[in-house]
Amino acid sequence: MATDWARAGWYFAMMDFVGGFRIGMKYFFKPKATLNYPYEKGPQSPRFRGEHALRRYPNGEERCIACKLCEAICPAQAIHIDAEPRDDGSRRTTRYDIDMTKCIYCGFCQEACPVDAIVEGPNFEFATETREELFYNKEKLLDNGDRWEGVIARNLELDAAYR
Amino acid sequence: MADPRKVVIDGEEFEFDPDLTVLQACEEAGREIPRFCYHERLSIAGNCRMCLVEAVGAPKPMASCAMQVKDLRGGRDGEPPEIRTNSPVVRQAREGVMEFLLINHPLDCPICDQAGECDLQDQAMAYGKAGSRYTEHKRAMAEISLGPLIKTHMTRCIQCTRCVRFATEVAGVPEMGCTGRGEDAEIVSYLDAALVSELQGNVIDLCPVGALTSRPYAFRARPWEVSKTQSIDVSDALGANIRIDTEGVAVRRVMPVNNDAINEEWISDKARFFIDGLARQRLDRPYVRENGKLRAASWEEAFAAIRAKLEGIDGAKVGAIAGDLVSVEAMWALKSFMGQIGSPNMDCRQDGAHLPADNRAAWLFNPTIEGIEQADAILLIGANPRLESAVLNARIRKAWLGGTEIGLIGPVADLTYDYAHLGDDASALGSVMGSDFADTLKNAERPMIILGGAALTHENAAAIMGGAMALAGSVGAIADDWTGFGVLHSAASRVGGMEIGFTPEQGGKDTGAMLRDMDVLYLLGADEIDVPAGPFVIYQGHHGDRGAHRADVILPSAAWAEQSGLYVNLEGRPQLANRAASPPGEAREDWAILRALSERMGEPLPFDTIEQVRKAIFEAAPHLARIGAIEPAQWRAEAGGSAASGAFTSVIRDFYFTNPIARASEVMAACSKLHEERSGVPMAAE
Repeated sequence: MATDWARAGWYFAMMDFVGGFRIGMKYFFKPKATLNYPYEKGPQSPRFRGEHALRRYPNGEERCIACKLCEAICPAQAIHIDAEPRDDGSRRTTRYDIDMTKCIYCGFCQEACPVDAIVEGPNFEFATETREELFYNKEKLLDNGDRWEGVIARNLELDAAYR
Repeated sequence: MADPRKVVIDGEEFEFDPDLTVLQACEEAGREIPRFCYHERLSIAGNCRMCLVEAVGAPKPMASCAMQVKDLRGGRDGEPPEIRTNSPVVRQAREGVMEFLLINHPLDCPICDQAGECDLQDQAMAYGKAGSRYTEHKRAMAEISLGPLIKTHMTRCIQCTRCVRFATEVAGVPEMGCTGRGEDAEIVSYLDAALVSELQGNVIDLCPVGALTSRPYAFRARPWEVSKTQSIDVSDALGANIRIDTEGVAVRRVMPVNNDAINEEWISDKARFFIDGLARQRLDRPYVRENGKLRAASWEEAFAAIRAKLEGIDGAKVGAIAGDLVSVEAMWALKSFMGQIGSPNMDCRQDGAHLPADNRAAWLFNPTIEGIEQADAILLIGANPRLESAVLNARIRKAWLGGTEIGLIGPVADLTYDYAHLGDDASALGSVMGSDFADTLKNAERPMIILGGAALTHENAAAIMGGAMALAGSVGAIADDWTGFGVLHSAASRVGGMEIGFTPEQGGKDTGAMLRDMDVLYLLGADEIDVPAGPFVIYQGHHGDRGAHRADVILPSAAWAEQSGLYVNLEGRPQLANRAASPPGEAREDWAILRALSERMGEPLPFDTIEQVRKAIFEAAPHLARIGAIEPAQWRAEAGGSAASGAFTSVIRDFYFTNPIARASEVMAACSKLHEERSGVPMAAE
C-alpha cells in the first residue's frame, strides 16, 4: 500500500487545528449577535404586538365605547366586557377584562376596534410571579394606556400609511 | 280566492292568488326581497323603496310591496307578466335606494344597540357601496321622549313609519305620527309624551334600525353573546310565546316568538320588561320564623320546622293555595303532597274566582284566540281585556277593525276600540235581551261572550256565569262548530291548576274558607291574598312579597324562567316553558322542594325527575301531553240561578304590578308611576 504523503503532511502540520482556530478568531473579532439584555434590547417594529393597553382621548375621555367587537373576534375568548349607560348616558364599559394567560397576541382585537381603544403596545416585559396578576382589568389596561401612550401613538402614526 | 294568476319570476313560472302583493308572491316563490317599511301585520306604506323589482315592460322598477299580482300587465300576446328580482336594473335601483337611506343615517353601529340584528346593517352588506359620495352635512334629529321603556335615537330613523302604523293600527293609540317632508320628515309622538299603551315595547322589535331600542336593555349585551331559550310568558294567562335571552346567569331581555294562534308576534310590556324583577327581592335561602322574626336557616332546619308542625295534625286543617305564576308540575307535586297528608283543601284560585271545577267549558276560552277574528259580535261581561290580557285585546281590536260589533257590561274603560256600553252593573246582564245589542248578537253568525275577572270574582259570580251561559245559548253562540263563550283569565297558572284538579276535593275548602279556618297553610307562590293572623304559613316562592312577609317558614324556589315547566293558557293549550337561567343561592325547583319535603315527612313522592312528574300528570290528564294543541271542552251550561246584580269592580288595580316579579321590577315601577301621573291629567285637546 502506497503512503499518502499529502494527507500525512496535513496531519502533522495540524491544519485542522489551524482551520478551527481561524473560525474561532473570525467570530472573536466579529460584532456580537447576542444582546446584553436587559441593558440592551433588539429593534422593534411599530406593528409589534405586546402587552395590551386601553387608550384615552387627549382630553382624558376613555376611547372604549363597549361595542364588544374585540370580545366577539377574540379567538382565544380572552376578553370579557360588561357595559351599561354611564351617568351622562354614554355607552361605556363597566368591566373590561383580558385574561393574558389565554391571549395569543394575534392582534385581532386592535384590528376590530373602531376607535383604536384597545391596542397591543410595545411592552413585552410584563412577566409576573403569579398567574392571577395576568388577569388584567380595566384599571390596569387604562393605566397601561396612560403609561405607553407616547410610544403607542407614534407607532400607530408610523403604521397608518399601511392600514 | 280568485282564480290563480300565472306570473313568471326570474324565468320560472308560478301561479299566485291575484290578491297577493308582488312581494308576497316573490316570497312564496322563494325569492328574498329586501324591505324596511313593509311588515306582514301592518298596513302597506310603500315608502322605503327597498323592495324594488323589475316588471318587464314597465318603464321603471316598482315597489313590490305596494303592487298586487292582479295589477301586473302581461305581454302583448297574452304572455304572463314577468318579474325580475335579481337583474342588474334591480340591483342598481336597490343600491341607489340604499345610498339615499345612508345619506342621513349615522355610521354609529359600534355604539348602537341594534347592531348585529339590524335590517339596515344586513342589507347594507348586500346593497351598500363601499364609500360615500355625500360630502354635505348630515341631518341630525332631536330625541323624542317615549318613556321609561323605549330609548330613542331619531337621527338613526329612516322614516319607515312602522312604529306609527303599529301604534295606530295594532295598539290602537294613534299618538305617533310623521311630520315634515323630505329631509325634514321626522317621527314624533303626540305632545312628545310616552304612548299610553301596554304594547308599546313591540315598536322596538318593529324598528328596522336602532332608532327605537329598549331602554332597560341599553348597552347591556350584544345579540351574538346572549343564549336564547324558547319559553312561555307568565305575566298573563295568554301564554304568549317568548324567547328569553340570557348572558351568563343574568336574564337580559325577553323577545316575542311568532305564534299565529296565540300572540301573533306581539307581547305586552309587562311580559317584555318585568324581568329585571328576577334579580331583585329574591328569596335565595330558606327562612324560619323564630320569636316573631324570620331567621335565615338551612333546608334541613326549614323542613324540620314544617315536620314539627305537620306531624300528627288533622289533614283537614291543612290547606294549600297556588299562586298565579306556578307551573302545572309544581301544583301537581303539591297536590300529591296534600294527598299524602290527607288534606282535601287546595285551591288554585287565590282571587276566589267562581270556576266550576267539573265543567271544563265554564273555565276555558272556548272560542280560541284565533276564533276572536271569526266572531262578528263580542259581548264583554265584567272584563277589561286591555288590562287582563293586552295582546288578546289587540286581537279583539283587529276583529273590530274587521267589522266586529262589541258590547260591554262593566266599568267604562278605554279599550282602544268603540263598544256599546250596556251597563256598569251585573243586572244589565238580565236586560241585554231588551237592548239594541241583542239584535246584533242574534243576527251575528258567530257571536261571542267573554267573561272577565270582574265577573268571576263578583259576589254573584255563579249567577252571572249561569246568566252569561244562558245568554250564549239564546243568541245562538253555541253551535256544532262554534262555542262562543270564553272565560278570560289573567293568571298564567289558573287553567293548568283547573286541568289537574288543584281545587277542593270532596269535603275540601276553597280559598276563602281556607283563609278563615286552617291551622297550616301552604302557599305555593300565592301573594295576592291577605292571610289573617292564626294559621302557620309555609311559603314556597321566589320573591320576598306579601306571602313571604306573612310566612312562618320560607322555602325558596326558582322563578318561572329558572325552571322548566308546563303552562296551560286560557284556551287550554299546554305549552312548555324552558329553563333559561339558574335560580339564585339555595333556591330549588318547585317540584324538587316538595319531593324533598315529602321525604323528610317519611313518605317520598313517587317521582325523582321532572319527566316522571310530567308522566304522572299526563296519565291523569292525557290531553296535556299534546303540547301546543287544544282539547276542546264539551259544552254544558251552568244553571243560572237568580238574577244577578251588583257593580263590577276591576280585578286589576295596576297593570304593572300584578305579580311578585313585576312588583320587584324597577322598570314596572317607573311605568306604573308614569301611568298614575298621567291618568286624570287631561291632554291638550280634551
